[in-house]
Amino acid sequence: MAKIDKETLLKIYRNMVRLRFLDDKINEMLEKGMRIVQHSTRGQEATQIAVPTAMEPGDYVMPYHRGWGWAIGKGMDPKILLSELIGKKTGCCKGKGGVHIADWNLRIMGRPGVQAAHVPIGVGVALSIKLRKAKDAVVAFFGDGASNEGNIHEAMNMAGAWKLPIVFVNENNQYALFTPNIETTSVRDLSDRAQGYGMPGITIDGNDAIAGYETAREALQRARSGQGPTFIEAKTYRIHGHTGFDQFHLGVYRSKEEVEEWKKKDPILRLRARLIEMKTATAAQLDDIDKKAKEELEGAEKFAMDSPYPTREEIFSDVYAE
Amino acid sequence: MAKKEMTVSEALREALREEMARDNSVFVIGEDVKINVWAVTRDLHKEFPERIINAPLSESGFSGVGVGAALTGMRPVVEIMFNDFLLYAADSIWNQAAKYRYMCGGGNFKVPAVFRIAGGGSTGGNGCHHGQSLEAPAIHFPGLKVVFPGTPYDAKGLLKTSIREDNPIVFFEHKLLYGVKGEVPDDDYTIPLGKADIKREGKDVTIVSYGYTLQKVLKAAEDLAKDGIQAEVVDLRTLRPMDTETILKSVQKTSKLVTAEEGTKIGGVGAEIAAMVAEEGLQYLDAPVKRVAAAEWIICSSAYGDQMGIPQVADVVQTVKSMF
Repeated sequence: MAKIDKETLLKIYRNMVRLRFLDDKINEMLEKGMRIVQHSTRGQEATQIAVPTAMEPGDYVMPYHRGWGWAIGKGMDPKILLSELIGKKTGCCKGKGGVHIADWNLRIMGRPGVQAAHVPIGVGVALSIKLRKAKDAVVAFFGDGASNEGNIHEAMNMAGAWKLPIVFVNENNQYALFTPNIETTSVRDLSDRAQGYGMPGITIDGNDAIAGYETAREALQRARSGQGPTFIEAKTYRIHGHTGFDQFHLGVYRSKEEVEEWKKKDPILRLRARLIEMKTATAAQLDDIDKKAKEELEGAEKFAMDSPYPTREEIFSDVYAE
Repeated sequence: MAKKEMTVSEALREALREEMARDNSVFVIGEDVKINVWAVTRDLHKEFPERIINAPLSESGFSGVGVGAALTGMRPVVEIMFNDFLLYAADSIWNQAAKYRYMCGGGNFKVPAVFRIAGGGSTGGNGCHHGQSLEAPAIHFPGLKVVFPGTPYDAKGLLKTSIREDNPIVFFEHKLLYGVKGEVPDDDYTIPLGKADIKREGKDVTIVSYGYTLQKVLKAAEDLAKDGIQAEVVDLRTLRPMDTETILKSVQKTSKLVTAEEGTKIGGVGAEIAAMVAEEGLQYLDAPVKRVAAAEWIICSSAYGDQMGIPQVADVVQTVKSMF
């Protein structure tokens, strides 16, 4: 197993907390009546932060709809992300991408609006790396719902056949919108499908940040050394509904008790306890991280709100490259 | 300037060979691109073993692979064997390639990918799953450029330009056009996108066409000349962006407009041309616009039946004559 140092552990913790406050901040803005598309990350912070932390700056991430850990983990400033979500010019897509967060410099390759569309694109990035004889790798995130899209299967087959430097990270939060995956999915462990595509499939506890980091580190190493792709299934749970407007998730398609059970497995509280237990940090030090993250998000909101919208001319530009 | 006579298929292969030799980032991916049913990419793998990649039967998947490679420094030429399979790839091209630049990063991403697609009917017996014309839906998507050459010269020059473009290109080819011969210069030349070409000058009627139908229109123009009607034939070459200026100039000269295409009429390319002329050049017309297009049918899957609904030379001649 890859060794994880103190600095990395604290970075993971800090970013998980920043992500949690970002998520809370977006929910707060939604409650104020702002129009933002939000697929809450609450409960899924471990994998979404740990995996990008295991990546190199030159590695590419193919994000998916449930965010925003892949962005924060890859180095995006929450104020830039918030600005984009509310259509401001200071956003990472100049206020025109909204929820489709992307950043060329951070190698965040664009969060798609169509489930699984980005996964073959990620395989194309991996093919490009191979053709250019570069040493980078790709991580493609997707959910359990998207894992049933044909695109995922086509993509995994090509990655396996051509031994491409890509890691497939499936966050299995057990529900696709309002449908439990037990109703629609042929296997209980999605990692079982990996062997059909010529790659190892690993199921991990998706709420264990340290496991997420170590597994991703190893898979990325495999990818980079020419041994081909890996499929990681991170079993987890979304504490909120599908979107901020999901009114059905408590008592309609899942029970309140089930949600309460999973709240006890909160990945942030879990990592916090672990860090204290391992003497990586004291409770006071972690409290300080929490406090700073909360302050940062207050500032981020202000920055986003105070930023200008793009001009009409800017709204209509960038359809074509000149 | 030295010239050689060659087929459209050979001209396309020349374009690919020259661009692959010129630029290491150009590669080809598609089903059976080493032997290749259309012979366009045949044997190029002997020269470029790493850059001619046989893909699995996964049109959506390998078109997406093209998008990803294009985003990160490569210039993929993706071959989709039949037009009809484009609908599997539609998301990767229409939803992803077309929108990336605008939607993601506000102009920091580019998708220099070419999607080559063989279309068109009348190869006999293949019918509606191997013979449709889908260029009309393709032109509906901002972010894409749509090219459809009608001669070997244009095929080579337009493909070379398309490969060098920083935008995603849907590059239609017609199966019956692959064997059509014409002169192609030996030197390195490109043809700008968005520029139509007047293939035959005339003063009495403007016929706007492209692709394989262009060849039929040129024959029809010869027949019409025998009856004293001088047709001006405008070859669009690029369907999006469309060279409206050349069309309007020609209509101003002839006062009559006919469009000719192999796809169906409702929502077709001719509909777009007619609407554009109605908006910008109605005053030039002295007769209603006529559209020659396929019947509103499903392409019959028999060699006997398929030609009945696809516009032929006689349909063009008859339509033009009805205007005089």
